[in-house]
Amino acid sequence: MLLIHCPYCEEDRSELEFRWAGEAHIARPDAIADITDEEFAEYFFLRNNEKGLTYERWRHIHGCGRFFNAARDTVSDRFLMTYKAGLPKQPVPGVSATEKTVETYEQTEGDAR
Amino acid sequence: MRKYSVFALAREALRAHKGWEAQWSSPEPRSSYDVIIVGGGGHGLGAAYYLAKEHGITNVAVLEKGWLGGGNTGRNTTIIRSNYLYEESMDIYEHSLKLWEGLSQDLNYNVMYSPRGVMMLSHNTHDMQSFKRHINANRLYGIDNEWLTPEQAKAYCPPLDISKTARYPINGAALQKRGGTARHDAVAWGYARAASDRGVHIIQNTEVTGIRRGLNGEVTGVETNRGFIGAKKIGVSAAGHSSVVMEMAGVRVPLHSNPLQALVSEPLKPIFPCVVMSNTVHAYISQSDKGELVIGAGTDQYNSYSQTGGLQIITHTLDAICELFPMFRRVKMMRQWGGITDNTPDRSAIQSVTPVPGLFVNCGWGTGGFKATPGSANLFAHLIAKGEPHKLAAGLTLDRFRTGRLIDEAAAAAVAH
Repeated sequence: MLLIHCPYCEEDRSELEFRWAGEAHIARPDAIADITDEEFAEYFFLRNNEKGLTYERWRHIHGCGRFFNAARDTVSDRFLMTYKAGLPKQPVPGVSATEKTVETYEQTEGDAR
Repeated sequence: MRKYSVFALAREALRAHKGWEAQWSSPEPRSSYDVIIVGGGGHGLGAAYYLAKEHGITNVAVLEKGWLGGGNTGRNTTIIRSNYLYEESMDIYEHSLKLWEGLSQDLNYNVMYSPRGVMMLSHNTHDMQSFKRHINANRLYGIDNEWLTPEQAKAYCPPLDISKTARYPINGAALQKRGGTARHDAVAWGYARAASDRGVHIIQNTEVTGIRRGLNGEVTGVETNRGFIGAKKIGVSAAGHSSVVMEMAGVRVPLHSNPLQALVSEPLKPIFPCVVMSNTVHAYISQSDKGELVIGAGTDQYNSYSQTGGLQIITHTLDAICELFPMFRRVKMMRQWGGITDNTPDRSAIQSVTPVPGLFVNCGWGTGGFKATPGSANLFAHLIAKGEPHKLAAGLTLDRFRTGRLIDEAAAAAVAH
């Protein structure tokens, strides 16, 4: 289970209090009725699904109820930072791209030790 | 390839089993192939086999970054069924189920397909209405599926608690008798052996790191950790890593990769005669031929490539198992693991041409890919060979996310599958 820092409550709380809410920093097109089907599919369905650094939204649904953004590594599941909704994409110090690939449970265990 | 048979077994028994040959060869890669399949799981190996068998294309390589069947093929709970709601889904899963029925003979390899019946428990009025709708749709389409009363369900699966005071009372069940299980490793190994016999190169420990394109944007081959390998066509069958591989060709796919966990108990004597699923309280259970209870849990909510998941997901499932089958409360769980599933927005698979000429993709099987293995592989081979989908897979295109013609199994079944 993940331990997640809510930037509004300023507390580390268990994942049970949170809902994952998809990729962050996706802007709804202004004139959504005027865009093409391709543009709509891009906005509505296509996602980066990164292996490594990802930016995503979470909601502290059983806490303050607010949405916020997080930078997380999808290989180690480690949260690199969380920040308030509305802020631009935050650079993560020291992480430019994918962390070292860790494929198996056993290897992850090894890293943890 | 020497055929497996009772005579081969007798012959080897008389000479200390020294005559068995390697099941598949492990050749050095050629400089180029007609078709490269990325991903050596059941779907990829099967596609290579059917390319050779049904389409006469034998200059094929399957590239696997780890070992065969080490991904989701070896990590699932081996449930096979075809009682889906929509015609597009019924077409492909029923095609698959029919192939399962003859697969051991076709491959000369015992995949231990066991049609012991898949029973889906109904706990409330919504379940009952939904399941009866499925049953009616299935039967109209020629697929077996029947409604059971709680007493009939108990007769089919005696460990089940159907008492009125149960924590999760049961008001009926849907049963597909032709559903069941198979031996997951044997599926990968059987396809690999049969494909290798027809000239397909099985190349393990070779990770694709890039997809090279020609002047017109068409694929020309793949970069790997063992150098460049040329290819006229590339079929991506990389399950949870499909987004990563497709990104190498600049194609975005509507996928989320989520961990899905499973676990097995200590081995028990034969006690559990069928497969039982409860979507409402989230439990999937069967007993393997080795005696372990094989239990499927749910997906984690967030994207991850970690091949592990949260403990709360497992305990949630075990809570339900212990309530539905009180006799298992003191059984010890032995092993637990996770696999990375590739989930589409409508929870139906993608088997499609792509905007890149020569690049084909088979992904999005999500939490239910094992049962589809033979059918998916068979139709993916058709797609690669002909360049256009087979009519049974015509609805599974990438284009449906543009046109809006989704196959909304997620809402229909209200569950993972």
